[in-house]
Amino acid sequence: MFEVNEGIIQVSYIIATILFILALGGLSNQETARRGNWYGIVGMAIALVATLAGDVTQNFEYLIVALLVGGTVGIIAARRVQMTQMPELVAILHSLVGLAAVAVGFANFMDPERLSHYVGVELTIHDVETYLGILIGAVTFSGSVIAFGKLSGRISGSPMLLPARHWLNLLLLLGAIYYGVEFVQQSAQGSGVIPLIIMTVLALLFGIHMVMAIGGADMPVVVSMLNSYSGWAASATGFMLGNDLLIVTGALVGSSGAILSYIMCRAMNRKFLNVIAGGFGTGGGAAAKGSEDQGEVVPIEPLETAELLSNAKEVMIIPGYGMAVAQAQHTVFEITKTLREKGVNVRFGIHPVAGRMPGHMNVLLAEAKVPYDIVFEMDEINDDFPNVDVSVVIGANDIVNPSALTDPDSPIAGMPVLECWKGGTSIVLKRSMATGYAGVQNPLFFLENTRMLFGDAKTTLDEVLKAL
Amino acid sequence: MKIGVPRENFPGERRVATTPEVAEQLIKLGFEVAVETGAGAESSFSDDAYRAAGCEITDSAAAIWSGSDIVMKVRAPDDAEAGQLRAGQTLISFLWPAQNPELLEKLTQSGATVMAMDSVPRISRAQKMDALSSMANIAGYRAVVEAAQHFGRFFTGQITAAGKVPPAKVLVIGAGVAGLAAIGAAKSMGAIVRSFDTRPEVKEQVESMDAEFLMLDFEDEDGSGEGGYAKVMSDEFIKAEMELFAEQAKDVDIIITTALIPGKPAPKLITTETARSMKDGSVIVDLAAEQGGNCELTVPGEVAVDSGVTIIGYTDLPSRLAAQSSQLYATNLRHLLTDLTPEKDGNIVVDMEDEVIRGATVCKDGETTWPPPAPKLSAAPPQAKPQPAPVAAPKDEKKSVMGPFVGMLIGGLALLGLGAVAPPSFMAHFTVFVLACFVGYMVIWNVTAALHTPLMSVTNAISSIIVIGALLQISSDVPVIKWIAVGTVLITAVNIFGGFAVTRRMLEMFRK
Repeated sequence: MFEVNEGIIQVSYIIATILFILALGGLSNQETARRGNWYGIVGMAIALVATLAGDVTQNFEYLIVALLVGGTVGIIAARRVQMTQMPELVAILHSLVGLAAVAVGFANFMDPERLSHYVGVELTIHDVETYLGILIGAVTFSGSVIAFGKLSGRISGSPMLLPARHWLNLLLLLGAIYYGVEFVQQSAQGSGVIPLIIMTVLALLFGIHMVMAIGGADMPVVVSMLNSYSGWAASATGFMLGNDLLIVTGALVGSSGAILSYIMCRAMNRKFLNVIAGGFGTGGGAAAKGSEDQGEVVPIEPLETAELLSNAKEVMIIPGYGMAVAQAQHTVFEITKTLREKGVNVRFGIHPVAGRMPGHMNVLLAEAKVPYDIVFEMDEINDDFPNVDVSVVIGANDIVNPSALTDPDSPIAGMPVLECWKGGTSIVLKRSMATGYAGVQNPLFFLENTRMLFGDAKTTLDEVLKAL
Repeated sequence: MKIGVPRENFPGERRVATTPEVAEQLIKLGFEVAVETGAGAESSFSDDAYRAAGCEITDSAAAIWSGSDIVMKVRAPDDAEAGQLRAGQTLISFLWPAQNPELLEKLTQSGATVMAMDSVPRISRAQKMDALSSMANIAGYRAVVEAAQHFGRFFTGQITAAGKVPPAKVLVIGAGVAGLAAIGAAKSMGAIVRSFDTRPEVKEQVESMDAEFLMLDFEDEDGSGEGGYAKVMSDEFIKAEMELFAEQAKDVDIIITTALIPGKPAPKLITTETARSMKDGSVIVDLAAEQGGNCELTVPGEVAVDSGVTIIGYTDLPSRLAAQSSQLYATNLRHLLTDLTPEKDGNIVVDMEDEVIRGATVCKDGETTWPPPAPKLSAAPPQAKPQPAPVAAPKDEKKSVMGPFVGMLIGGLALLGLGAVAPPSFMAHFTVFVLACFVGYMVIWNVTAALHTPLMSVTNAISSIIVIGALLQISSDVPVIKWIAVGTVLITAVNIFGGFAVTRRMLEMFRK
C-alpha cells in the first residue's frame, strides 16, 4: 500500500475546497443545484478519506462506530423531517457544529503536546484561536438550541426581554474578554482550565440570552446568523489546528450565513444589530398607533372565492408562515393546477422573509410539486400587481402591509412589501383579525378591494378546491 | 321573529325587498320569512323559488302587515300601508324622511321602529348595507343602456369595409357611485369617456377606469362635503364649470349627469342653450331627474326630445333592472339584519349606541329620532391618499463617499498591526482565510433566493468539516481526548449525512 504523505493530504484538501466552492456555486440555479450537492458530498468524502488515511493511526473501530451511528441518525432525521420543520432541523444541525467546535477546542487544549509545539507569540496566538473557537462554538450551540426550541414551539416564540438586557450582554462580553486574557496568561504556565470553562459558560449564557430576546418572525435572520457562526467556529478551529481546509470551508459558510442575514435584514429594512438586540415591536410609541378607526373588513365565503378565482385571468398567490403552519401547500398546489387547467395564469410571489428561514416558502412549494418557474421573488413580481386580478394572501401579514410604504411612523416603515393592493382583488386567508408579528394593524384588510376569508387555511382552501 | 315582504304597490315599481337566495340566508339567521304572492314576479323570482328557499307565501298584503314582526319594503310605505303599522313592529325600507315629513310623523305615531335604508350613514363599516350606493351603481349602468337605446350609432369605433365609424364620446358629470358605474359601462362598450367632478379626490378613480378627467382652470376649490358627497360651490366656480359643459356639449354625443347635493334640489348644469347646441341625435341622461334634474329640459319620468336631442329623465332606473336591484338591495338588507341580530337567533336588537343602526333608525317607540347626530368620518378623507414611499428613498445617498475608504483604512491598519506581531505560519493561514471570505462572498451572491434553504443545509453539512479536528485527535493516547473526539465524530457525522441527505431531498423536489 502506498504511503499517504503530507503532500497528498494537502492536495486532497485543495480538491475538497474546490468541490465545496463548486457545491455552493451550483446553487445559483435549480438545474445545477443537484450536481452541486454531489460535489459537496464528494468533497467531504475526499477530505475524510485523506485525513483517515494520513492522520488516524489507531482507534479505527471507535471511529467507524461513531460514523455509522451518527450517519444513520442523520439520514433518518433527513428522511423523516417534514418540509415545514426544515428550520428546526437546520437549527439543531447548527447546534451540533457549535458543539463539535467546543469539543474539538477542549480536546485540543487538553493535548499534552500543545506546550511543546508552540512557544511565545505562537502559543499566545494558538491560545487565542482555541479560545475564540470555543467561544463562537458555544454561542452557536446554545443559540441554536434555543432557536430550535422556539421554531418547534417548545419555547414561546415571543421575545423574552430581561431588564437592562443590553448591559447584560455587554457584561457577558467584557467577562469573555477578561477571562480570555486570564486564560492566555495561565495557559502559558500550563494551567488555564478554569477561565476556559467559565468563558464557555458565559458564551452559552450569551447564546441563550441573545436568541431568547428575538421574536418568531425574526427567525430567518437568527437562523442565517447561526449558520454564519457555525462557519466562523469551524474557521477558528481551523486556525487552531493550522488546517487550511477548515479555515476555507468555515470562511465560505461564515460569509454565506452573513450574506443571508444581510439579505433578510434588508428585506425587513432593519439593521442587523437592531435585530440581534431583539425586542422588535415592543418599543413604545409607534406600536400603539392602532387605535384609529380603520373601518370594517368584508368577509368572503370559500364558494365566492372559488368563483372569483375561476373568473380571473391573473392570479397571484402570496404564501406566508401561516401556510406552513396549516400544512396547506398541497391544497394550494391542487388549486393552482385546477386553475391553470382552466387557463388562469397562477403565479406565486415570495417575500424574502416569508416563513421562518430564508427560502422556506420555496422549499414548501417545491415539496408540493409547484413548478419553480411559476414561483417568483418579490423584486421580480412587484411591478406586475396592477395586472393581477386576484391576489391570494395565505397566512401572511406584515409582508403585505401597505403602511410600510405609506406610514413613516409605522414600526415596519420602509420595509419592502408585496404590493398586492394594486391588483384587482386581494383575498386574505387568516385565522382571526389578530395583528401580525410586528404588532402593526394592516390597513390592507380594510381596503375596499380586500376580502377576508377567515378560518384555518387548509380547511378553507379545501373548500375552495371543492368548489372549483 | 317573522319577516314579511309585501308586494310593492307603487305604480311601475318592479323591485322586491328580498330574493329567494337572500331569504335562505335570513332563515339561517333564525328568522321566518313570509312573502306576499307575486311579490317577486316582476323581478323574475317566482313564488315557487321562494317556497323552495323555505319562505311562506301569503295571499294578501294585509296578512303580511298584521302577521310579521319585521316588514321589509323597497319604496316608502303609502298612507294605507303606514296605517297598518303598529307598535312593536319594525319597518325597513327607503323612506326619504327629509322629503316626507308627514309620513315620518305618521310612522312615529304608530309607535313602530322604522329604519330608513337611505339614512344608513356613509361610513366604511356600513358600506355593505349602503343601498343608495347599490341603487346608484345600477342607475349608472342602466343610464348607459338607456342612452344606447336612444343613440342611433355605435358606441365603439370600427373600421369596416363600408367605412370608418368614429367612437361615441360620452361625458359623465359627477363621478360618484352612479357616475363611475356609467363610466365603466360606457367604457366597456367602447366609447371615449370623459368625466367631471367638483371633488378633486375622485380624479384618480376616474383615471383608474381609463376615462379622462376634465379639470377646470381654476384655483383649487375642494368640493368634498360631509359623508363623501359634494357640496355647493362658489359662483365663479359654477360659472367656469358651465362654460366647460357648454364647450364639451358641442363635442360629445352623450351626456350623463349625476350631480346631486344632499337635501338640495339638483344643480342645473346643462342649460337649455347648452343642450340645444349638441349634435342632432345626441342623448342626455339625467340621473338627477327626481330631484328636479341637472338639465333644464328634463321632464322627470319621461323621455323628451328637443331640437333633435333626446333627454331621458327616468326616475326609476334601478327598477328597470329589477332582478339585479332586488338582489343587491336584498343583500344590503340582509347585512343590516345581520348587524341587528348579534346573537344570530332571529331576534333583532336595535342598539342605539351603534352608529350605523342609530343613523338608520328614523323613529322608535313613538319618538322621531331623525336626523341622527352627524357622522364623524368622511368616506374618503383626502389626506388618506397613499403617498408613495417617502420613507425608503433618501437612505442610499446619505452614505458618504469617504465611508468605505475610512473602513478600509482602519481595516488595513489593523491588518498591518497583526502582521507586525504574528508569526509567518499564522499569516499564511490568515491569507487563505481572507481570500476564502471573498470567494464565499462572490459565490453566495449568485445563489438564487429560491434555494436559500438548501444553501443553509448544505453549508451546514460542509461546515461539519470540523470533523477533521476530531479525526486528528481520535488517535490520541489520552483517553479523555479520545472519547471527546469519538463524541465529536458522532455528532458531526449526524450533521454530514443529515445535511447532505436533506439537501438532496429538497433539491429533488425542485422541478419545473
